[in-house]
Amino acid sequence: MSSKVIDRDATIHQDAPRLKGKGTPLRERVFHLSLWVSLAVAVVFLASLLAYVLSEGWSRLDPRLWMNFPDYIDPTQGGAQSAIMGTVWVIGFTAAYCLPTGILTAIYLEEYADPDKWWNRAIEINIQNLAAVPSIVYGILGLGIISRGLGFGQTVLTASLTLSLLVLPVVIISSREAIRAVPQSIRQASLALGATQWQTIWRQVLPAAVPGMATGSILALSRAIGEAAPLLLLGGLTFITFNPSGVQSQFTVLPIQIFNWISQSRAEFVSLASAAIVILLAILLAMNSVAIWLRNRYSRTW
Amino acid sequence: MSSTLSSRRAASGSPGFLKRSQPRYGEKVIKVLLVAASLVSVLTTIGIVIALIPPAGEFFSKVDFGEFLTGTNWAPLFKPASFGVLPLVGGTLMVTLIALLVAVPLGLGAAVYLSEYANKRVRKIFKPLLEVLAGIPTVVYGFFALKAITPVLQSIWPAGDGPQIFNALAAGFVMGIMIIPTIASLAEDSMSAVPRALRDGAFALGSSRMQVSTRVVFPAALSGIVAAVVLGISRALGETMIVAIAAGGQPNLSFNPLEGMQTMTAFIAAAGIGDLPTGSTGYQTIFAVGALLFVMTLVMNLLSIRLVRKYREVYE
Repeated sequence: MSSKVIDRDATIHQDAPRLKGKGTPLRERVFHLSLWVSLAVAVVFLASLLAYVLSEGWSRLDPRLWMNFPDYIDPTQGGAQSAIMGTVWVIGFTAAYCLPTGILTAIYLEEYADPDKWWNRAIEINIQNLAAVPSIVYGILGLGIISRGLGFGQTVLTASLTLSLLVLPVVIISSREAIRAVPQSIRQASLALGATQWQTIWRQVLPAAVPGMATGSILALSRAIGEAAPLLLLGGLTFITFNPSGVQSQFTVLPIQIFNWISQSRAEFVSLASAAIVILLAILLAMNSVAIWLRNRYSRTW
Repeated sequence: MSSTLSSRRAASGSPGFLKRSQPRYGEKVIKVLLVAASLVSVLTTIGIVIALIPPAGEFFSKVDFGEFLTGTNWAPLFKPASFGVLPLVGGTLMVTLIALLVAVPLGLGAAVYLSEYANKRVRKIFKPLLEVLAGIPTVVYGFFALKAITPVLQSIWPAGDGPQIFNALAAGFVMGIMIIPTIASLAEDSMSAVPRALRDGAFALGSSRMQVSTRVVFPAALSGIVAAVVLGISRALGETMIVAIAAGGQPNLSFNPLEGMQTMTAFIAAAGIGDLPTGSTGYQTIFAVGALLFVMTLVMNLLSIRLVRKYREVYE
């Protein structure tokens, strides 16, 4: 920036001695380039990953994949229908548990809780920590408490309860941000007109915060869809060739089915796994795009 | 807000007009509901502790705690069984170290670029791309490490035998890429929180953009940057699928990243798949190793939360 100014001076005063130090020094350029490269590495990695799974899985991307059930004798006829339906069931119930709980918690923390009280601060730190607890530890929680302690067994119910606890912090944190973005003046105006606190929240704050909360919820659920580690402990790896019929049903999900196929040694399973990965990534990309679209379409600057 | 409520309450107590027509029980019920929802997250933490402590306690009544922490042979399901956790911890630390060697320079580089160099348009393209990278399931990363990265490493390896089919290097490298978005976004947050005035002052004194980035913004945002790295460490320690797929299932106390090694998380997953009977020592090892992992990540998380608070206090 500064060099430009000096340049202009130099052209105006042709006879004046040129000031030294023009142009960008080499180390500046090297620094700039290395920053750019660090971003580029991530992007190139992403591109080559997508290219790899597409090229490996292309031959198996046909209706066999979603019409058929897993088949270990003849992998060319095997499909992932039980895993796709399992994912739909598990994620459906995960959403039913974690979205209401997460949004209600966010409303409490933003609208009711007094941040100076130690218990509210403890809840907050607790949620921040839970957001970074390894997912396999949630699997241990599901195994020890939900599956065997409460006796729910290796079922859709156990899996969705475990996953909803896993993504609950994500839902809470993003919903809080959406609620916080609604300006205080709107609440004050509503209260001044005689509305109660809940009327204010229900009729003013929440409608304004819905797009932000929806974006966060979609991202949280897309994390749940890709999660495999905790479900390994909850019986997700069992050989399942039927779709779930209820919350008491045994299940498998897409990431687990993919893990299962990766562990097989025959080459057919590699393309099968790649094709299933393409489906999984397509679902996640679609959800991500909807989330980003929602954010851009409805984001308001107050 | 609470002051508005209390002043209204005070007004309704005064004689005459401002009396409330009916008590609003609904409001109270709603508040109870909200508090109940908030308690779910507290119960989750309590649940984790309750899930871990009793089986781990039983485990340590059979296995000496010192032997567990210092033993160099991990063979819990063999006879005679041996419960030295060091091979698992060593594998975990090796993969984490490789991941950090990749993720810290690249993640911070990306953060400095996005915060100090990129214009609005570039940011609008790259930030969603990083979000996509963060959204890819770890099982996919593991698949890519095993089937694509390892063969490439084996073919370009200049001397010696090169990496084994399962190795810590490919798993660590891919894990490092996976952590880049975590480190980049948190570090960029803290750099963006540095007031513009500091930058302007440095520019006015004749600093170049590189000097401003490295000598003004970076130190000013240091607590947030360290928090980002610490959170990255926590994620690397707890990552399961990449190592379960690409780093192998053999406990191996070695400093050679070309060999396969089992991490704590990969052991938990492998033992969990086995559907061991409740109460058996094998079943309890899941909880003993899980408790150790939980404590390690807890320390990292609390440190990171504290550091984030610090930079928020300074600049916001």
